[in-house]
Amino acid sequence: MSPVSLLLLIPFLGALAILLTPSKYAAAWRGIALGATGLAVMVSLFIYFGFQPGGAGFQMTGKVDWNASIGLAYHVGVDGLNVGLLLVTALVGFAAVGVSCDIERQPKMFYTLLLIMVGGALGSFASLDLFFLYFFNELALVPTFLMIGIWGRGEQKNYAAFQITLYLSLGALVALAGLICLYALSGANTLDVVILAAWLQEHPLSDSSQTLIFGLLLFGFGTLVGLFPFHSWAPLGYGVAPTATAMMHAGILKKIGLFALLRAAFPLLPVGVAHWTGVLAILCLGNLLYCGWVAMKQRDLNLLFGNSSLAHMGFVFLGLASVSVIGITGAVVIMVAHALLAALEFALSGYLYRQTGTLDLGKLGGALRQMPFIGATLVAALLAGCGVPGFANFAGEITVMFGVWPSFPWQVVAAAWGGLIIGGVYMLRAIRQVAHGEVSPAMAGATDANGVSRTPYLVLLLALLYFGLAPGSLVERIKPSVERIVKLAKSASPASPVSEPSAVATASAPAH
Amino acid sequence: MNSSLLVIEFLVALLGLGVLLSDLWITTAAGRRSLAYVAAAGLLLIFTLHAGAFAPADGTAFGGMFVVDALANFFKSLFLVAAMAVLLISTRFAERLNGYGEFVALVLFGLVGMLLAASANDFVLMFVALELITVTFYILVSFQRNRLSSIEAGVKYLIFGALAAAFMVFGITLIFGAANSTNFYEIAAKQGELIKSPVFLIGLLLTFVGLGFKISAFPFQMWTPDVYQGAPAPVTAFLATGSKAAGFVLVLRLNYGVVPDLALGWTHLLLGFALATTLYGSFCALAQRSVKRLMGYSSITNAGYLLIGIAAANSTGASAVAFFLVSYVFTTLLVFAVITVVTAEGESDDVSAFSGLGQRSPFLAAGMTLGLVSLAGVPPLAGFFGKFWLFKSAALRVGDDRWFLVAILVACVAVVMSLYYYFGIVRAMYWPRHAVEPAPIEPHLPIRLAMVTCIAAVLILGVFPGGLVGVAQQAVAGLAPSPGMPAVHAVTPVAAH
Repeated sequence: MSPVSLLLLIPFLGALAILLTPSKYAAAWRGIALGATGLAVMVSLFIYFGFQPGGAGFQMTGKVDWNASIGLAYHVGVDGLNVGLLLVTALVGFAAVGVSCDIERQPKMFYTLLLIMVGGALGSFASLDLFFLYFFNELALVPTFLMIGIWGRGEQKNYAAFQITLYLSLGALVALAGLICLYALSGANTLDVVILAAWLQEHPLSDSSQTLIFGLLLFGFGTLVGLFPFHSWAPLGYGVAPTATAMMHAGILKKIGLFALLRAAFPLLPVGVAHWTGVLAILCLGNLLYCGWVAMKQRDLNLLFGNSSLAHMGFVFLGLASVSVIGITGAVVIMVAHALLAALEFALSGYLYRQTGTLDLGKLGGALRQMPFIGATLVAALLAGCGVPGFANFAGEITVMFGVWPSFPWQVVAAAWGGLIIGGVYMLRAIRQVAHGEVSPAMAGATDANGVSRTPYLVLLLALLYFGLAPGSLVERIKPSVERIVKLAKSASPASPVSEPSAVATASAPAH
Repeated sequence: MNSSLLVIEFLVALLGLGVLLSDLWITTAAGRRSLAYVAAAGLLLIFTLHAGAFAPADGTAFGGMFVVDALANFFKSLFLVAAMAVLLISTRFAERLNGYGEFVALVLFGLVGMLLAASANDFVLMFVALELITVTFYILVSFQRNRLSSIEAGVKYLIFGALAAAFMVFGITLIFGAANSTNFYEIAAKQGELIKSPVFLIGLLLTFVGLGFKISAFPFQMWTPDVYQGAPAPVTAFLATGSKAAGFVLVLRLNYGVVPDLALGWTHLLLGFALATTLYGSFCALAQRSVKRLMGYSSITNAGYLLIGIAAANSTGASAVAFFLVSYVFTTLLVFAVITVVTAEGESDDVSAFSGLGQRSPFLAAGMTLGLVSLAGVPPLAGFFGKFWLFKSAALRVGDDRWFLVAILVACVAVVMSLYYYFGIVRAMYWPRHAVEPAPIEPHLPIRLAMVTCIAAVLILGVFPGGLVGVAQQAVAGLAPSPGMPAVHAVTPVAAH
């Protein structure tokens, strides 16, 4: 069995084991969840370091003909795009279980849902068949509703549970419509990216179909990422979600949309790429500048983190829009880095909330005095968020800017502004308000994390530093795969043959 | 006459008569309930015979009126399973229904009607089969004679049913006038000529009115929510599964087998009805508090999805409709099993009756959640693949007709709306607004059995849909000759008639 299949299997087996463990052994539930995610971390480390950098092909593949008659197969494997993402997914999953020690109500269901979420996320990153990518993505999304509803906090949790579920489902379904059109119109009777890429080289889709499908995929998956103007679900959803859910969502699930664009839309639909990247380069300014500006105005730490994570997504979209090797490589590095950063941010804010009962910036203060470890980690995370060198985010952001400069210089200026100036303002202000100053009354009773309970934060922080200080290990893995994608994405010849009598006009691509 | 082809129908009818007779000698409630078990076991036996060695060979009987082919067999299995589950579920209602023995017999007679509908190859037999179904349901819907809403539902169903039947008879007369025959094969052989005749077209349109009533397609859906709400929950379950599927098997046979050329010409008409049905059901369901009414609107929405597959008029569409119906039947039975238990506990079917079900009975709540999530079309459950396959049939047409893209996007919006109203129930079950008295509910064994079967089916069909898709493709293969292509030519008449 391919180690990738093993990696996918672990969380689901863990979920099953928890389900089958009777309430008499309630203490075992958390242990099983920790064990399963810990094991997943080990397997993903094995995959990451066992991966041979340099090759553009897929490694450690596993394939099971699921339904030959329908042309869909369970096909998993790793390449540069997903090898890093799989590792951070396992890390974040482990950390998310680690910080969930405060769950008292229905822990059995909580850990089951959390493991399903982790398994779904791993599955979507590992899948080479787009049907399964979607399938696992939905599997990861649906537990959100129950998790926010049952374990969420605050008055607005009911509204937020519905908002995030409906918004993300609409995005996912629009993307599904695009995938189904691809499946039906390509004539290859498969959604396997390896076969499909080869098939579409020989039998390209008509220009109008490509434009249409790319549009559906861009806005469908874009909604899952929070592409401006389809982003409003994110900050509130993260604000009310239980800590582990917010970590998985902001850190991992959001990246699935970006990953799917790189896996499906860019290499398979070159004409669509040429048509839509200009639009993408403008929309990403909304993330970079508008969401950053909104983040600056926030008085609540979670809403600040939610909006800043949207702003960071702007960098990734900008990198994608450049369709250059350097730009997209940088974008993938940011995806990996931001997964760790967002998870760390929400883990810390969850800890602060548990200790102080508030996340109002005005009521917090003196975290460094009261809780040296948590305070210091928070400062590190906030500095990473405004792009300080040494953290992985800096490596990604600077690479994106280099890569994008030739095609969209103005956007780079805006990105530098948004990321470095606006980001600096709100992140540094948050440091001043939360970490420095006198110990506020709310903070006075807080106790620092100690001993083993520091592990989740340390794991995320160390990974962030590792990829920041040695980005080469990531880049050497990512680059060959990105080169392949860029080559395919730029392969649109001006007069590509029309393979079907299509009457779908470009203008009919829905922009909603 | 080749009457051995009707062995399944004969056996079920005999079973029904047997139940009716033995009801005369049984006096205790427990005895009546055991009648349902015997009937369900009998159906299981018939199902095994049907699936196994005693499966009648393909052929026609009654001068071509009655046909046994892959499509008929596919749907007959489905009807048998649905009736079995309905009987098991209904045992929860045994004390409340006066004359429970008759109830069991009527379910069996309704089943005979459905089996005949699956095999109908003639407009006259089609009408007789549909009437057999409808008339049984007149009685079944108003079976709780002490409940006003049940009687009201029965009267509504009677009036609408009679109206639809009248339209259909009128339509069939016109078809007979134009075609000089009511046999499907004979009409299919000359459909190219016939569809130029306005009389024939009007006749067909009126026939579709009658079928539209059965499948609750807009604008013939008015009865659905009222009847679903008023009828006893097991009857609603049978109405939503068996009766609807019987309507759809006839729509499939007519559209794909009898007048395929017309089906292509009427694409936009069908698509319009499909979208109107989908949206009507979705919008009305949004504000529903009564779960049975909500399921009525959800049934309308699902009819809309299915009509998209019919409008696509390709073999993928036909197999998607067949697959979707199977997944829909299992899912709906699962949901109604829970509704039956909950409404039997507390009389009301308001969403608040489901409050805190997650604590009162984790099993029922988990079953209901799985059912609703599958209805909404979320992987890895059966409902997801049903929709995926349906949307694919529509996507195959996007290249030549952009309205199919509109249809897919409208259906996507409807799916999101359905998540809203289904998840409203999930929310009530797991985090109720008000604290609830945790009175545990313990569903009894037959219901558990029915639910476990449905849950297994929903999961298996969701994770491994390939097997059933293959069967469904074979079932509809006789209708549309070349896979992936729009159905252009009808089946060639079988020599038997």
